[in-house]
Amino acid sequence: MAEQKTLATTGNSVVAEAFRQCAPDVVAAYPITPQTTIVEEFAKIVAQGRVHTEYVCVESEHSAMSACIGASAAGARVMTATASQGLALMWEELYIASGMRLPIVMANANRALSAPINIHCDHSDIMGARDAGWIVLFAETAQEAYDNTLMAIPIAEDSEVLLPVMTCLDGFITTHSVDRVQVMDDETVTSFVGEYTPENALLDIENPVSHGNFAGLGGPYFEFKRSQREAIDASKAVVERVGAAFSKLSGRPFGLIETDMMDDAELAIVVIGSTAGNVRHVAKQLRAEGVKAGVVKIRCFRPFPATELAAALRGVKAVAVLDRSESFGAEGGPLYLETRSALYDAEHRPPVVNYVYGLGGSDVKLELIRSVYTDLSDIATGTTAPAGMQYLGAR
Amino acid sequence: MATLRELSHREDRLEGGHRLCAGCGASIAVRQILLGAGTEPVIAGCATGCLEVSTTIYPYSSWKVPFIHNAFENSAATISGVESAFKGLQRAGKIPADKKVKFVAFGGDGGTYDIGLQSLSGAMERGHDMVYVCYDNGAYMNTGIQRSSATPKGAWATTAEVGKAQQGKRERRKDLTSIIAAHGIPYVAQGSISHWKDLTAKAEKAFAVDGPAFLNVLATCPRGWRSAYNKSIEHAKLGVQTGYWPLFEVEYGEWKLSTPSKALVKNGLKPIEEFLKPQGRFRHLLKPENAELLAEVKADVDAYWEYLLKRCGE
Repeated sequence: MAEQKTLATTGNSVVAEAFRQCAPDVVAAYPITPQTTIVEEFAKIVAQGRVHTEYVCVESEHSAMSACIGASAAGARVMTATASQGLALMWEELYIASGMRLPIVMANANRALSAPINIHCDHSDIMGARDAGWIVLFAETAQEAYDNTLMAIPIAEDSEVLLPVMTCLDGFITTHSVDRVQVMDDETVTSFVGEYTPENALLDIENPVSHGNFAGLGGPYFEFKRSQREAIDASKAVVERVGAAFSKLSGRPFGLIETDMMDDAELAIVVIGSTAGNVRHVAKQLRAEGVKAGVVKIRCFRPFPATELAAALRGVKAVAVLDRSESFGAEGGPLYLETRSALYDAEHRPPVVNYVYGLGGSDVKLELIRSVYTDLSDIATGTTAPAGMQYLGAR
Repeated sequence: MATLRELSHREDRLEGGHRLCAGCGASIAVRQILLGAGTEPVIAGCATGCLEVSTTIYPYSSWKVPFIHNAFENSAATISGVESAFKGLQRAGKIPADKKVKFVAFGGDGGTYDIGLQSLSGAMERGHDMVYVCYDNGAYMNTGIQRSSATPKGAWATTAEVGKAQQGKRERRKDLTSIIAAHGIPYVAQGSISHWKDLTAKAEKAFAVDGPAFLNVLATCPRGWRSAYNKSIEHAKLGVQTGYWPLFEVEYGEWKLSTPSKALVKNGLKPIEEFLKPQGRFRHLLKPENAELLAEVKADVDAYWEYLLKRCGE
């Protein structure tokens, strides 16, 4: 295990520190709440001359991702950060980054989408981009935000993958709260993330290639998409492999999912991001009261760990999925849809219910989580019928 | 400045065999500009449009230099990223410090005047060492001749139709060259495919300056102009000679009329009708019932010419 230093710091600050340690050649970014302090901290690092990075302060998030795409195609290691409307403005470019197979790493400070305008946490930004072909990792804590950023580089740059990776951390809750974080020394990180050897780089002047060609009019567009599907499927093993290597180095576990008290759990909550902490806290309280509560946290949302999730939920009597975003007009939130689908082939399908919670930073109080477990208990005992999707804590 | 003999010995960096129309001004502009880049390595980018779809049909490419297409509105931002990668990698010691590479972004008037204006303005303000080239054919030609903010007043376009209630585009065209000059960048110029000597010299200057440069190039589109494909150069030349498209440059803030246009100060402009007449998109404009509109178009061209002469100290 590597030597580590314990800091009291915020999620954004430690993400900026991880950026520095990954030594990107280019960072092109545009400030947006609650990502802002990442780019501010990184600007300080640049001003102090502690990185060789070409730091490009673009005029919009669309140009941020456009410049990242140009830089990555040129052969640079490229990182950026955004949030909410910024991610939405990048939408077109997200698909181009993954379609061109560019290993860009981006932090996303999860924030609600307008309208009405709101600056607080929910996952509607990333969930709107969940099918853009990016690998998506979620952090519960500032520690995980740091860890995920470091892991994102070798995942993205793996020659079997070559896909962009988004590392999500919850706006304000994780980005701005001071937390205890263990960081590694620069040498350890440098050796862990490795050196990037680009393929088909624009800056390989002697071997000119064209990027972003036209593949319509009967061209191989469809086949390119299939190869992208194959790459993201293959990335699952790489995410696990890199996670295992990082666990060895840090002593912190990393899996596609993280389970707590699931061995004999009867009532399970599936959750993403910072709320996992609240859920775990309540589950522990319930355990003390003799309730067999458990928690499944999703750390890797794309590729979706369906097999692992189904295995974790084997034997439970009722499942609640907490979604911090809407999928308007669908049966429920995005995580609910994924979870239900993951369980479809299970031998004994437990009842699965959905709670949309915390939109626009609405408080996730412990009694709300407790009420979900109470509902699950009633469903498990047959006292009440599963109610599909509900809004949790809306006034 | 390179002589014709020198230029003729330089490698053509846009290979023939692409699918652009006969008489298309875009590829002529690209070839002249890349010739002006000299023999140094160049990395090129292009906005979505005719030039892009016709030169990069997978698995083929007409580009003999490294090339990138990203999307419609971000050719400038994309090339600014490529240029930034070069700087970052040089600082990392992965590219020799004395290595020189030129960066150029191309876009049509739709991708430049309209949807890509913000991306262009941002890249120019940030001071990237790159050249941006707009090939201005006056409409969204790739998607079927829809009006852009570069479309001349009175011109027909498929979204500025001619009928009882309307006689083509109602609005004046945007003076993009002045807008970019207002960024205070080292080099801004207006050129035309009809004046190769002037244009290649301008490209040479644009690539030579340290920092951003912008070239706005008049490029005929026979499909959109409704003009004879074998007269493209002549039609662009009439654009210059009538004062519709004056040739000038702004070098470190100093405005200067270029030789072909300067000659017109003494010898006089040709009547604007000579530019309009061979183009089907202006046919309605020359009808007697549109005399008033034609007078407005003329007045606009005259006013712009006067404005330029003043700026250039003529």
